[in-house]
Amino acid sequence: MAQLFEFEKPIIELERKIAELQKFSAEKDIDLSREVETLEKKVSLLKKEIYGNLEPWQKVQIARHPERPNFYDYAPLLFDDFIELKGDRLYADDQAIAGGMAFFRGVPVTVIAQVKGKDTKENIKRNFGMPHPEGYRKALRLMDQAEKFGRPILTFIDTPGAACDLAAEERGQGEAIARCLLAVSGYHVPVICTVIGEGGSGGALALGVGNVILMLENSFYSVIAPESCASILWKDTSKAKEAAGAMKITAQDLFKLGVADEVVREPQGGAHYNLRQTADELSEVIAKYLVRLRTESPEALQEKRYQKLRAIGMFQEKSV
Amino acid sequence: MFKDIFRKTKYVTIQSTPAPKRTTPDGARQEPKTVKKELPDGLWVKCPKCGEVLFIKDLEENARVCTTCSYHFRISGRARLALLADENSFEEWDSEILTLDPLEFPGYDEKLLEAQEKAGMIEGALTGRAMIEGIPVVLAFNEANFMMGSMGSVVGEKIARAVERAIDLRLPVVIFSTSGGARMQEGILSLYQMAKTSAALGRLAANHLLYISVLTDPTFGGVTASYASLGDILIAEPNALIGFTGPRVIKQTMRQELPAGAQTAEFNQMHGLIDLIVERAQMRSTLARLLRYHQEGVQHGATV
Repeated sequence: MAQLFEFEKPIIELERKIAELQKFSAEKDIDLSREVETLEKKVSLLKKEIYGNLEPWQKVQIARHPERPNFYDYAPLLFDDFIELKGDRLYADDQAIAGGMAFFRGVPVTVIAQVKGKDTKENIKRNFGMPHPEGYRKALRLMDQAEKFGRPILTFIDTPGAACDLAAEERGQGEAIARCLLAVSGYHVPVICTVIGEGGSGGALALGVGNVILMLENSFYSVIAPESCASILWKDTSKAKEAAGAMKITAQDLFKLGVADEVVREPQGGAHYNLRQTADELSEVIAKYLVRLRTESPEALQEKRYQKLRAIGMFQEKSV
Repeated sequence: MFKDIFRKTKYVTIQSTPAPKRTTPDGARQEPKTVKKELPDGLWVKCPKCGEVLFIKDLEENARVCTTCSYHFRISGRARLALLADENSFEEWDSEILTLDPLEFPGYDEKLLEAQEKAGMIEGALTGRAMIEGIPVVLAFNEANFMMGSMGSVVGEKIARAVERAIDLRLPVVIFSTSGGARMQEGILSLYQMAKTSAALGRLAANHLLYISVLTDPTFGGVTASYASLGDILIAEPNALIGFTGPRVIKQTMRQELPAGAQTAEFNQMHGLIDLIVERAQMRSTLARLLRYHQEGVQHGATV
């Protein structure tokens, strides 16, 4: 059973009551169908109310759910014949980033994704989804190939942030990320980025330069982790909840701010309640944008991506 | 007048031993011994590297470089400009772009006002064109005194515009970075300034124009992970701290103690991340030498 959040408990409580009633009714052969029906209506309303009014911090929790689907869960549902390619040809193969080629609805694409583990062992292997410079250099190598062979690029963002240890510093973490930003901004192929879980800071942004930026309904994308923001501003990591609200990091916030192009629906309660449904929704939305982008000329794709990046930011020009 | 007689003299506490490095090689922290010496406040400053007490006026006259050990103190963008550019050659750009508070972030208004007062400028970047030893160039500076040079919408926009104008004018670009990274009070908009500035520099590169990035103390986070790392040539000032994640955060999140000297300009050069380490006094002449190689259509007395 999926790990439950505090805010989900009233729902579970009611569902348990329903199950008890049904069991009782079956055992004693008493017709309780009207009572069950009333309770089921109540559950459905409660779900709508709770899941429909999730606070930013609750979405952060869902986005970080240990059972939230990762790229490897989506890959077989979204693609045919995904071939993973490894290594940056310079130092190592970083398992916090996966990349390769796949067919998306018959179209050959290059896919790049950050991958968190599902358990401690896998998380150690994948450094909790926090890529080192070799991960970004692998991504760049594969994306450069996509540009060379004219394949659209699909990226999937799910990272708490770039690796932040001494090894990352020694190998030039900043440069590795910066190179991705510069290179992708100049590509002539369609680039569609989707935040599927956590979008943590510059480490996420390295895969976040696209013609289209999509976000799953319960994903978030932030300049800094809410905990770190709370620690810096209020010297108190327990105020992460406030920071999550103040920084406007939810998919819905980013859509309002003009950064995300579309919010992709998740099943009630989050993607982990129904992987296939989430994958189907995502596939539909990606397909919709890919069809549009494939009609654009290479020059237009580059120019429009540049103008999209150029337009992000808010300021006021003093009239002269 | 009488008040002055009774006025308390302000004292500073100085340390008699040189400031400790981050840690000793075995990882133990050295606790500095403090001895009180009576020095009037505001006239003197102690060098964090050699411990020498310096007369501030002397320090300023030496471009804020320690007269004893050459430790490079932080310096404002304007002061840097004065050291670099030919006299009266600077034309400032985009000085009238005002910061908004797009997220209505708690306390951002007051922080901005404080920063504006402290730095004496309306935002944390200074951009424009100038001449260095007669060579025209586009210049940009982060301002450390303005929210630690953090990059919000205005800083990103000013740098992107400066780079775009350099393309129109076919001029090389030199950017001096000093920054803690992205500005969290502007959230995701701030994060995407990294992409915006990098994209502009991509266009500069596609136009075969030179970009020299000078990394100064401190350069971290979103600025390291964008324009500061994208120079054709990367220069750092001696002893500048440069990295992606700040030392405090590495310590907190990874429980990893950094070795002494980690993330200095010298450390970065040793790891192949920096071309040159250039002292402040040599910066102007070094930039001029590098720029001279990239002047379009200019011959330097070629005989072949």
